[in-house]
Amino acid sequence: MLNRYPLWKYLLILVVLIVGLIYALPNLYPEDPAVQISSSRANISLDERQLERVSSALDDAGITVKRIDDEANGALIRLADAEDQLKARNIVNETLGDDFTVALNLAESTPGWLESLGAAPMNLGLDLRGGVHFALEVDMEAALTQRLEVNASAIRESLRSERIRYRDTTIEGRTLQLTFANEDDRSKARRIISREFPDFQYEDREAGRGAMLAMTLTEQQVAEIQDYAINQNLTTLRNRVNELGVAEPLVQRQGPSRIVVELPGVQDTAAAKRVVGATANLEFRLQARPDTPENETETIAFRNDENRSAELMRDVIITGDSVSSASRSFDENGRPQVNINLDGTGGTLMNRNTRSNIGRAMAVIYIDNQTRTRMVMKDGEQVEERVPYTERGIISLATIQSALGNSFRITGLDSPTEAEELALLLRSGSLAAPIYFVAERTIGPSLGKANIEQGVLSVQIGLLLVVLFMLIRYKAFGVVANIALTINLVLLMAALSMLGATLTLPGIAGIVLTLGMAVDANVLIFERIREELRAKMPIQQAIHAGYERAFTSIIDGNLTTLLVAVILFSIGTGPVKGFAVTLSLGILTSMFTGILVSRAIVNLTLGGKAVKKLWI
Amino acid sequence: MRQLDFMGKRRYAFIVSGILLLVSILTLLFQQLNLGLDFTGGTLVEVRYASAPALDTIRQLLENAGFRDVSVQTFGTANEILVRLQQAFDPGVGNQVTDILRQSGDSVNLVRAEFVGAQVGGQLRDQSGLGMLVALGVVMLYVAFRFQYKFALGALLALVHDVIIVLGVFSLFQIEFDLTVLAAILAVIGYSLNDTIIVYDRIRENIRKSRIDDMAVIFNDSINQTLARTLATSGTTLLVLLALLILGGDMIHNFALALIIGVGIGTYSSIYVASALLLAIKLEREDMIPAKKEDAEEEELP
Repeated sequence: MLNRYPLWKYLLILVVLIVGLIYALPNLYPEDPAVQISSSRANISLDERQLERVSSALDDAGITVKRIDDEANGALIRLADAEDQLKARNIVNETLGDDFTVALNLAESTPGWLESLGAAPMNLGLDLRGGVHFALEVDMEAALTQRLEVNASAIRESLRSERIRYRDTTIEGRTLQLTFANEDDRSKARRIISREFPDFQYEDREAGRGAMLAMTLTEQQVAEIQDYAINQNLTTLRNRVNELGVAEPLVQRQGPSRIVVELPGVQDTAAAKRVVGATANLEFRLQARPDTPENETETIAFRNDENRSAELMRDVIITGDSVSSASRSFDENGRPQVNINLDGTGGTLMNRNTRSNIGRAMAVIYIDNQTRTRMVMKDGEQVEERVPYTERGIISLATIQSALGNSFRITGLDSPTEAEELALLLRSGSLAAPIYFVAERTIGPSLGKANIEQGVLSVQIGLLLVVLFMLIRYKAFGVVANIALTINLVLLMAALSMLGATLTLPGIAGIVLTLGMAVDANVLIFERIREELRAKMPIQQAIHAGYERAFTSIIDGNLTTLLVAVILFSIGTGPVKGFAVTLSLGILTSMFTGILVSRAIVNLTLGGKAVKKLWI
Repeated sequence: MRQLDFMGKRRYAFIVSGILLLVSILTLLFQQLNLGLDFTGGTLVEVRYASAPALDTIRQLLENAGFRDVSVQTFGTANEILVRLQQAFDPGVGNQVTDILRQSGDSVNLVRAEFVGAQVGGQLRDQSGLGMLVALGVVMLYVAFRFQYKFALGALLALVHDVIIVLGVFSLFQIEFDLTVLAAILAVIGYSLNDTIIVYDRIRENIRKSRIDDMAVIFNDSINQTLARTLATSGTTLLVLLALLILGGDMIHNFALALIIGVGIGTYSSIYVASALLLAIKLEREDMIPAKKEDAEEEELP
């Protein structure tokens, strides 16, 4: 029989439709503006009394609280009005003090039964909710240099312990050069070093009156170091972003050497940048003795008084990397200090070095590896040039009174803020290689809100226009196409929500464009049916022929568009990717609804019946 | 239904397309594109005033504060100001600009601040060009595989025609070309190809069905048979795009504009250019013979 579907096809469509409805539904529940409280230290949690203080403080300020949800280590305060969000955060911050991080958030309000099915609304991109976007480039060359410096330090130590005299160690690109007084020393050194560092390429070189040993990193090592650098930086940045207390942050690798950081809801770019991009670290070194040879010492100035300086050993006891936890506090005189706990190895090293040096002074050095960007003229064109520079300064130089263990404190910091940030940086770990900002976007919350409103409005108006057009042009069949189109929109929303795709402004544009193009399948089919009817084909056969003959055209046309969308996805970044995702999903869902769903409706209403005239 | 003689007037179409292409290429050569921040790199700050400010005053304020190469323009409404700085980035420039502007006593709010490094912009430029070429190449292969290489050539030339003219319009009127516009152009490639393929599909069907050897007649029939569909689909697409252009806000204004121009040109080119090119490269019935076998199989399907 013509134009009849087997029962399983109807059931399949019904199931898809129900699943689609369920997963599209959470998007109808608007998100609540909220303030999220989480404790900044693991051992502190929010108790009932504190929560009560917070809610009464909010009450006094005339802020309506919708609901307070308990969370692990904190709470989520849902507000009735988005305007109050900033004010509420400041009030909560003042009430709770330093022990808690308070962040702005948009809380989902999906009902429990939907959540239990795993349904969640679409994520909103930064352009729709406001926030900051950073792209950071990891300086790979610097990562290599740093690694070579560490190796050079270790080699110097083992040469000293083997009593082999060396003149100098220098780093040139990927090569570490050691100079010796004669070839005899060199060959002895080479034997020892190559046992310890077998992965290098070794080469003997002439060097004036002495002898030089060149060790070069292999390609494989370079790749490993770079991979390590970027992964380490990712971890560190994630830690730091978590410390910032931002809700739903994104830290992601992009390409071989780039990291993207997105912080929704953050408006204070400067503060976020300072923490994300900070490259500060600490070094602990002993003061040089008067009789220490000059090639083992280094003169470093004090941080808050450049005229003062001290002669320090070149060798480092430990760096900030050995710190396992750090927090800010104040000493008896109210000056800021940072309490530090070291990890196992760090503690042992510290203990061994301080035990044998009681009475000698130890310096804490603050190091900041930064890059300065400036424009230079090159071949008649303005190009950016980055000049790396290192700021290092002694923040304290104190006599070792007794052997130090795992925990101690450092003083000599300028301000409580500086102490706080230093503690944060020590906690989250240092960067394995310097990073610098290559792109930055800040989107204000008002712009995000306007974007959503305008986007939703254009989807609605677009849908309305298409629906009217189809009704006028195809009458009864227009109704069929419109039902299919509506189902298409539901399925597209469901697919986007299920995949956890992020909706951006271009993504909304993609949905709007899909609406216009989605009716194409139906237009093709209906025009074909009309054509067959004009050719005096019986009605049922005309419907059948319309669907059958339009099929290849629909597949060919849609597949090519899909191909382009996939290419767009692979080359695009951020917002353009969002567009590509909605476009490709839209093509897939519109093929399903345009061909199958519309056919099912037609078959159900007209199939097998004696129809005299077709309203098309 | 009335038959329109498209192929008979193809000479005019070639002249129109030729002029459009010539103008586009000339303006692209001499004026280039007004590339947006995404591609050039630089700094952009958007602020909102409580009441419409004087642009010259803003420029003066910023230049006094030491910024160079400042461009100030309104964005959307008269209260919203877009400041462009061709300088290397310096942290918190958004707040810096806002603070300077507040000094004149106005209430100023930061809407957005963007910075793109020159290096990123350059990479993106290369990547985008490459992406466009890959897109064209892949669809050409697909058409060659599903149809025949002459069809692929016709489709490719029609697509290049569309892309160049959209780029030409953006260059001629110096409309800002950013990443979203690039996305729109790729979408146009997909859309216009979709249109072209529908026409080609019908041409293939008619060549196999009819015994006429005059390709111009077959093409004319095919175009006329698909004309209603082409216009209906382009109509609905243009309707929603107009909604997007008018209601979608400033940030996707150019995106919608590129799509509208592209869909318009794409519709014309799939009706005219793509088919007329098939005549020009002498598509004949013999070209479709290898596909005969597949055709026979299709007939057997219920």
